[in-house]
Amino acid sequence: MTGQIELVMEASPARSAPDEAPAHHRTTSHLQRLEAESIHILRETAAEFRKPVMLYSIGKDSSVLLHLAMKAFHPGKPPFPLLHIDTTWKFREMIAFRDQRARELGLDLLVHTNQDGLSQGIDPFTHGSARYTDVMKTQALRQALDHHGFDAAIGGARRDEEKSRAKERIFSHRSTAHRWDPKNQRPELWSLYNTLLAPGESMRVFPLSNWTELDIWDYILAENIPIVPLYLAAKRPVVERDGALIMVDDGRIPLNPGEQPRWRSVRFRTLGCYPLTGATSSTAATLPEIVSEMVASRTSERQGRMIDRDSPASMERKKAEGYF
Amino acid sequence: MSYHEAPTIAPVDAPRLDQDDRPTLRFVTCGSVDDGKSTLVGRLLYDSKTLLDDQLDTLASESKTAGTTGGDLDFALLVDGLQAEREQGITIDVAYRFFATKLRRFIVADTPGHAQYTRNMATGASNADLAVVLVDARKGIITQTRRHSHILSLLGIRHVVLAVNKMDLIEFDGDRFASITAEYLTLAGQLGISQVQCIPVVAPDGDNIVAASTRMPWYTGPTVTAYLESVDVAGDVSQRPFRLPVQWVNRPHADFRGFCGRIASGTIATGDAIRVQPSGHHAHVARILTPAGECDRAAAGESITLTLTDEIDVSRGDVLTAGPAPLVSDQLAAHLVWFDDEAMVVGRRYVLKCGTASTGAMITTLKHRIAIDTMAQESAITLDVNQIGYVHLKLERALVFEAYRDDRDMGSFILVDPISHRTAAAGMIDLSLRGAANIHWQRLAVDKSVRARLKQQRPCVLWFTGLSGAGKSTIADLVDRRLAELGRHAALLDGDNLRHGINRDLGFSSVERMENVRRVAEIAALFVDAGMIALVALISPFRSERETARHRVEAGEFIEIHVATPLAECERRDPKGLYRKARAGELPVFTGIDHPYEAPQTPEITIDTSELSSEAACERIIRYLREHHYL
Repeated sequence: MTGQIELVMEASPARSAPDEAPAHHRTTSHLQRLEAESIHILRETAAEFRKPVMLYSIGKDSSVLLHLAMKAFHPGKPPFPLLHIDTTWKFREMIAFRDQRARELGLDLLVHTNQDGLSQGIDPFTHGSARYTDVMKTQALRQALDHHGFDAAIGGARRDEEKSRAKERIFSHRSTAHRWDPKNQRPELWSLYNTLLAPGESMRVFPLSNWTELDIWDYILAENIPIVPLYLAAKRPVVERDGALIMVDDGRIPLNPGEQPRWRSVRFRTLGCYPLTGATSSTAATLPEIVSEMVASRTSERQGRMIDRDSPASMERKKAEGYF
Repeated sequence: MSYHEAPTIAPVDAPRLDQDDRPTLRFVTCGSVDDGKSTLVGRLLYDSKTLLDDQLDTLASESKTAGTTGGDLDFALLVDGLQAEREQGITIDVAYRFFATKLRRFIVADTPGHAQYTRNMATGASNADLAVVLVDARKGIITQTRRHSHILSLLGIRHVVLAVNKMDLIEFDGDRFASITAEYLTLAGQLGISQVQCIPVVAPDGDNIVAASTRMPWYTGPTVTAYLESVDVAGDVSQRPFRLPVQWVNRPHADFRGFCGRIASGTIATGDAIRVQPSGHHAHVARILTPAGECDRAAAGESITLTLTDEIDVSRGDVLTAGPAPLVSDQLAAHLVWFDDEAMVVGRRYVLKCGTASTGAMITTLKHRIAIDTMAQESAITLDVNQIGYVHLKLERALVFEAYRDDRDMGSFILVDPISHRTAAAGMIDLSLRGAANIHWQRLAVDKSVRARLKQQRPCVLWFTGLSGAGKSTIADLVDRRLAELGRHAALLDGDNLRHGINRDLGFSSVERMENVRRVAEIAALFVDAGMIALVALISPFRSERETARHRVEAGEFIEIHVATPLAECERRDPKGLYRKARAGELPVFTGIDHPYEAPQTPEITIDTSELSSEAACERIIRYLREHHYL
C-alpha cells in the first residue's frame, strides 16, 4: 500500500533546485514545452489567416504573449499589428509602458476607443461596471475588429483564469456578430486547428491557454520580460471600497464624503481599468518576491477584478457577446 | 525604475528554462453520465490544494444554491463552467484543469459522458497520455464504457485507470469490484490497452483519491493520485526519424530564409542531411534557431526555425525529413470517428488537415463500421454522428504522413466540411494505399490545351442549378445553340435526359441524387478534358455536391449559374405538371416542396427568369464567357 501522498501547491522552480541531473543530453522543461506550444499556435495563426491582429492589453499575459511572438518570427517581426482597446481609464503607467514597448520593438500599434461611448460620457462610476465594460471594452473591440477587417484576434487569456475560459478552445470561433457559442464549439484534436471561416466570421486565438498564473510569473522571471511596474509593490495612493483597494490614479475618481486617499504599499496581480482593479497590500518589490508571494497566496488573481463579480456566469455571458 | 528594464532580479535566483522540473502528465477522464467524473476532478483539485480561498468560498455558496449534493460541497461545480452545464447538472464540453503534486504536474481534460457529446470526449483524449475511466459500481461496465474505451484505444492511449466509483452504494463490496475489474480487463485486452489499474473509490468523500480508504481495507493497490504520480507513460518520439512539418517560411529580408515548425519526431543537428517531402529535394541544415537562441541541435517537441545550405523550394505543408522516408501517397486507409450531425457521404469532397498540410479529400470506400458494443465490423453505407468506421481516402494531392500508431502528429488528421466549415471527423491513419503508385495516369500526347487551341476556346463547365421549372434546360439549350452559331464546340448534359440513360438506375433519395450529380460531374469533366464546353442543366440541390463538381475540374473551369426563379413562379409555370403532383402527394420527394434546395452562396452568374427573358439570360452568359476569355 502506498503511503500518504503529501500534496503541495506548485513550488516555484526558483526554490526547487533539481537534485539529480537529467541523464540525457537535454530535457525539455515544463516552461519550454509551453513555449513551444504557444509559438506553434502563433505561427499557425500567421499562416492560416488573411489578416490577424494581436490584442495587447499591456498586462503580464500580454507581455508574455508579445515576447513569444517576437521569438516565433525571429529574426523577422511578428506579421501582425498590436491592437489596444483604450477605455481611457487605464492606469497612466500602462499607457506609457505600452507606447514605449511598441516603439522599442518597432511594432505597429493600433489604439481604438469607442468614440460613441466617450461622447456619451460612459464611465465606470455612474454607469456601473457591466454597462461600462460592454460599451467601452466589448463594443469597442467589435468596432475595431470590424473596422480593420481582422479575421483572427490573438489574446492572452488562460484556461486557469476562470471556469468558462477552461472550456474554451485554443482556436475559438466567432460568428459574424462576434458571438461565441459555447454549446457548439468545434472539436479540437491533437494540434490540428480548423481555421476555416465564412465571410465576416472570425477566430479568437489563445496561445496561452495551457499556462497557469504561476507559469506566467516563472517565465517572466526566467526570460527577464519587461512588465508594467504596477505589478511590483510601491507606495501608492488608495481608497478602500467594498473591501477592495482602489488606486487614485488621477483626479477623475469621485471621492465620497470623508474619503481620503492613503499611501499604502500595494501591488496589482492583474491590471485593467484603474477604477475596477483592486490592489493587494504587499511589499513584494522584486520578481522573485512576487513569485514567492504567489506560491503562498490563498486567493485567485481575478479576485481583484470587479467585473467578474456581476453574476456567477458573467464571464461566459460577456464572452458570448464578444468580450475577450 | 525605467519602464523598459525588467525589475531587479537576483541572478542566482533566476531559474533557467532548461532546468528540468516536474514532468507533466496529461490525462482525460471519461465515463457515462453521473458516474462522477467532474466530482473526481473537483476532488483532485480540492485535495491538491489547488483551490484558493475565494474559489472555495464561491464553491461553498454555489453548492447551496446550484448544487446537487444537498448543501455539501458539490465538487462538480468546480469544472462544469458553462451556464447550461450548471443548470442541467451535466458536463457538455471539455474542461481543462491544472494541478500539481510534489512529483508531477497534471493537465486534466474532464469530458462529457452523454453519448451525444462523444466528439468532445475524443477531443479531450487526443492529447492525453492516460485515461481515467469511471464506472458506477452499481452498474459496472456499460455501453458507454465500451464506446469510450474503444475511442481511447483508437486514439492510441495505452494506459487506463479504471475508477470504480460509488463503492459506498454497494457496501464496499470487494467481490463486486473484482468482477467489474475482470470484465474490464477482458475488454482492455481486446482493445490493446496494455496497462490497466483498477481502483475502488468514493469520489465525493475522497476514498482512494489521495488518501487510502479506511473503509476498503481489502484493497491494497495505489490511490488514484499515487498511481498518476508514478505511472510511466513515456513513448519517446525523439528516437524516431526526424520529421518537421513546415508551418511558416520566414523571409524577413533577402539574406534569410528560415523554415519554421515544431519537430514532430526525432532530432536534428547542424550539418545533417535532410530531404524535403513530397518534392524529394535534398539539402543540409545550416542553422538551427530555437526560442533560446541559436543551437547545434534540437529534438521532438521544440518549435524551431531551420535554414538550409541550398536554395530549394519549400513551403507550408511540406515536411523536412531525415533517415527512413515517410509515407507519401494520395491514397490512404484510416479509422474515422464521425463528429458531424450531417452523416458521412462517400464521394463528397472534404478538406483534410494533417500536420500543416491541407488538401481536398474524398472518401472512396467505407470498408466497415465498428459496432461499439461487440467490436464487430459491420457493413454500412454511411457513418452517423459519433460512429466509428474504417475508410479509404483519395486526396487531391500527395500527402506526407506516418501511421498513427507510430507517430501521433504525423498520423492524425481532421476532415472539415467545406460548406459548413464544421469539423466533420477525426482520422487516424492506418496505412498508405499504394494504388497511386501502381495505377499510373496514362500520359497523353494530345492534352487538353492542345484540343482547346484547336477549338479556339477555353474549355469549361456551365453548371445550371435551380428549382424544377426555373428555366435551366431552356436557357442551357439557347446557350448551346448560340455557341454552335459562333462555331464553338459544346455538349449539353440535361438531368432529365441523362436519367433515361446512364442514370436510369437512380431514384430520388438524397444518396441517389448525390450519385446522380457525381456521375454528371465526371462526364462534364471528361468533356472539359476533350477541350469542350459542357453545359449541365441539373437541379443539383446540394451545395456540397456542386462543390465536389467544381473541384473535379481545374480552377476557373467551373461556372456556376444559379437560375434563381422564385418557387412561386416555378410552381405557377409547372411545365411538366410536377408541382401539381407533388402537392397532391403523388411525388414523395420533390425539391422545393418537401426536399431542400440549398441555393449557391457565390455563383458566378445569377439569373431570375421572372425578371429576365431566356434570350436575355443567354446573352448575359455569352457576354460573361467573352469577358472572361472563354470564347
